[in-house]
Amino acid sequence: MKRILSGNEAIAYGAYLAGVRYASAYPGTPSTEILENLARMSDVRAEWASNEKVALDAVAGASYGGARALAAMKHVGLNVASESLFYLAYSGVNGGLVLISADDPGAFSSQNEQDNRNYARFAKVPCFEPSDSQECMDYVLLAFDLSEQFDTPVLVRTTTRISHSKSVVQIPEGDGHEPRPLKAFVRDPAKYAMIPANARRRHPVVEERLRKLAEWAETASVNRIEWGKKNIGIVASSVAYQYAHEIFDGYSFLKLGMSYPLPEKLIRQFAAQVDKVVVVEELDPFYETEIRAMGIPAVGKEYFPRSNEFSLSVVRDGARKLGVEMGPDPAPVAAAFQPPARLPALCPGCPHRSTFYTLKKMKLYVAGDIGCYAIGVLPPFNAIDTVSCMGASFGVAHGIDAAGANSAKQRWVAVLGDSTFFHAGLPALANIVYNRGASTLLILDNDTTGMTGQQENPGTGRTLQGAKTQKIDIEAVVRAMGVQDVFIVDAFDEPAVEATIKKALAITDRPSVVISKGPCVFLDQYPEKYVDEVDQDKCNGCSLCFRVGCPGLYKGELDAKTKKPKALIDPLLCIGCDVCLQVCPRDAIHRVDS
Amino acid sequence: MTKTDFLLAGVGGQGVLTASDIVAEVGMAVGLDAKKSEIHGFSQRGGVVESHVRWGEHVAAPMGERGRIDYLLAFELMESARWIEFLKPGGVVIVNRQRILPMSATVGDAVYPEDAVIEKALRAVTDRIIYVDGLEVAKGLGNKNLANTVLLGALSRELNVDPETWLDVVVQRVPKKYVEENKKAFWSGRMGTK
Ligand SMILES: Cc1ncc(C[n+]2csc(CCOP(=O)(O)OP(=O)(O)O)c2C)c(N)n1
Repeated sequence: MKRILSGNEAIAYGAYLAGVRYASAYPGTPSTEILENLARMSDVRAEWASNEKVALDAVAGASYGGARALAAMKHVGLNVASESLFYLAYSGVNGGLVLISADDPGAFSSQNEQDNRNYARFAKVPCFEPSDSQECMDYVLLAFDLSEQFDTPVLVRTTTRISHSKSVVQIPEGDGHEPRPLKAFVRDPAKYAMIPANARRRHPVVEERLRKLAEWAETASVNRIEWGKKNIGIVASSVAYQYAHEIFDGYSFLKLGMSYPLPEKLIRQFAAQVDKVVVVEELDPFYETEIRAMGIPAVGKEYFPRSNEFSLSVVRDGARKLGVEMGPDPAPVAAAFQPPARLPALCPGCPHRSTFYTLKKMKLYVAGDIGCYAIGVLPPFNAIDTVSCMGASFGVAHGIDAAGANSAKQRWVAVLGDSTFFHAGLPALANIVYNRGASTLLILDNDTTGMTGQQENPGTGRTLQGAKTQKIDIEAVVRAMGVQDVFIVDAFDEPAVEATIKKALAITDRPSVVISKGPCVFLDQYPEKYVDEVDQDKCNGCSLCFRVGCPGLYKGELDAKTKKPKALIDPLLCIGCDVCLQVCPRDAIHRVDS
Repeated sequence: MTKTDFLLAGVGGQGVLTASDIVAEVGMAVGLDAKKSEIHGFSQRGGVVESHVRWGEHVAAPMGERGRIDYLLAFELMESARWIEFLKPGGVVIVNRQRILPMSATVGDAVYPEDAVIEKALRAVTDRIIYVDGLEVAKGLGNKNLANTVLLGALSRELNVDPETWLDVVVQRVPKKYVEENKKAFWSGRMGTK
């Protein structure tokens, strides 16, 4: 049967066909849909972990226990989980273990671009790179077999254009899935218990395994030569292969499905028959460096950029530089005018709005974090000074405080969300309390993992597969960790948010925490609201309401006196959260009966 | 039909991604290879949404190339101008007249461009400009969410594919209770009803 699937859907399906029994992940674009799809399949236990390291440890445990198991994460998630990848490389597996790393060239929704093929080399584990959805499914199936055959975790690396593109997949007729029995766990501390003496013995095993994997790669069908014109031979994988395939039409290709370890003999055979080896790869010169180290004068990054994602145009430019005849480009369009940008904004009704309006108003310095609230960096708030990685806000704020830089002149607060709190905020909070810190910490609890599309988390009382579970009470946790001053405030009450932050800021000799509570607008429990409306007679165009940064507010006619535009509210967008109403000094905004 | 490239662009929440799923599935339904590629993430929060769809005997790259796209389907008026450089000279651009003000215009100094300015930018590339009052037609049918189906109807008229094939795919994609109104929306778009 043919179906059109995204890379992530195909990965989930491949894992299902492979008989995966346990899967764990922390959400992160572009990887999130892998677990969301697996969660709907039979015989699979799929979980949101509190962070990526915890996910990979649990997946390691499932594998040791004899199950086929899968972990999925975005590229930076593997930084968090890298510690676990390194011991897994030494311990090996019992049931097959596959780790999906979804990279984000172009940084469409990430704080950096990083090339996680480097982790394969660094941790000494094999890595596959599918170039479309069909290969996503096929390679995941293969990866599970290879994992068991070679006793190794297997990395499968996608990118945004693989995970989030859809293409046609031939899936087996019928269900094609069989539940797999657990393999027995046989006690073997020399393999699974990585004390130094065992680690020293395991390292040569890992090196020997790599050598055998490289041998396997020589004849594996995932690495193939497509002969064509031989003045240039292209080496490529992933989506870069697809672009190159179109641009270097009719040339010879070495298409790599396995990016590590590389098939040296196959590469030499290819290189020997072409005049020039050209590597087309996104981000790092990974193959290029490896192939050059073999003594083959490959070229790549002289022609194709190291940063940003590729496209047909980028590869075409590189081909031209190489002297390949490309024909004329279509007449370039005179870029006569550039339409105004559409910056991301907090949704109408977002519970984070009152906080950023207030932080800006109070002229505070803000250590921010990763989540929807990172939009606080943008206008009209311009309220966040640092954004680093998940959970970093608490650590950064503590360092600023410890260094003596948190002063009356520059008052700092830290801001993070509920999901981020459970991900990496907890140890940072323990650190502040333990080290006699005095930071002012804001937790924006919108009862979900908003940024990545409203996933459940340990604070929501629901699991990924829809079961009710113990809801971890953030306030109780914070108090139990030794914070004496904890304030709870309604996120939809701007004056209260301001008053509460002031109270917390008054405490300067010990840590304080403000938890603002209000659900994300996409949740069912979002309170039934109204539509707000601006009384055009009362509004004088003072523009204060525009500072709440709501897409539902826009500029209308100029006020006769002030010559400034009056505010209008788009009834299709407004949900009646009332934050603009609360900040209006002339009481010009009121609710309309719906 | 050797190769056909589409670019669908609009603003988060307009149904661009569902519409592009439908275009990709129609390609597969007529026996072609099809790929689509889109960007989720930050763009969901009122940002620009772009989705490429390609049909062909064999499609390699999941997205088409600047200056070589055959059909640009703009779900929002100003977005047509932002993406027009992707259209091949003389290609078809279908423009929904709906305006969605960007935040840079509501909280900053940016102004929403005049119709004439947008039209001029489009004309620099093509004369095949088709305007559709997608939102108005949808509201007329009683549901503003039908605008994307109206646009698909307009696109279908430009392609040599049986409308029933389109409708089969549309019907599969929408909840049962909205099937009839989606069919009406599709036909309104296809007939060019204002
Ligand atoms: C290590 C890592 N994992 C995952 C992500 C993806 N990600 C970005 S923000 C976010 C969660 C934000 O949730 P929360 O803190 O509750 O804030 P909200 O978006 O709901 O406001 C996630 C999972 C990331 N950027 N880095």
